Amino acid sequence: METNKIIERLKTIVKPYVQNEQAFQDFGQDTDFIKDLEINSANLVDIVLDVEDEFDIAIDNDSMDNMMTVQDAVQIIKAKKQEA
Amino acid sequence: MNQNTQIINSLPYAEPFLFVDELEEVTENGTSGTYTFRADADFYSGHFKDNPVTPGVILTECMAQIGVVCLGIFLMKDQENLSNYQVALSSTEVDFFLPVFPGEKVTVTSEKVYFRFQKLKCKVRMHNAEGKLICRGEISGMLRRHE
Repeated sequence: METNKIIERLKTIVKPYVQNEQAFQDFGQDTDFIKDLEINSANLVDIVLDVEDEFDIAIDNDSMDNMMTVQDAVQIIKAKKQEA
Repeated sequence: MNQNTQIINSLPYAEPFLFVDELEEVTENGTSGTYTFRADADFYSGHFKDNPVTPGVILTECMAQIGVVCLGIFLMKDQENLSNYQVALSSTEVDFFLPVFPGEKVTVTSEKVYFRFQKLKCKVRMHNAEGKLICRGEISGMLRRHE
């Protein structure tokens, strides 16, 4: 799966939870969900559950803890897709 | 002491902000419990002037305590010491249908939507003594480790 396509799909998932619209305009690999987009930890759980459904993968606690940026999410999605 | 009493004793609330009298049922999938609103509760003198009605935020709090926090404590029972955790309300979306007057007894029932990554989301309903729906909605909370 191409990185760009994953990022596009992530952007759609994340959109409803974003607090900082300005940062969302620059959504990219380096975007930090909490620091840049100002998403709270409760909504980050909703995002992870949406990612599981969208990409048909299961995300464990360790992966969740390491999912700080878009790049982290892309790597986790790619790794889980390969396992499957 | 039975399990349900133990759960109530583990709640992080005290008077005048404890809104759980009795837990009737607790399973992996949900809870049911009751609370009778004390007729002499302080907020009735101001909500509303000369017309005491239980505030919606208090009904929501009662639903959260019985429906979400009690379930969270039950689901965490096998985990390490619960006192390492703090509860935080993360979202509420509630519709109200009937008023609750001083002294009324209500029954709250909840149904787990999910419990993942320390977040518990539930569908919660509150009924009055006649079995009529007072309010219903979705309430979520997070368990956070103390820093």
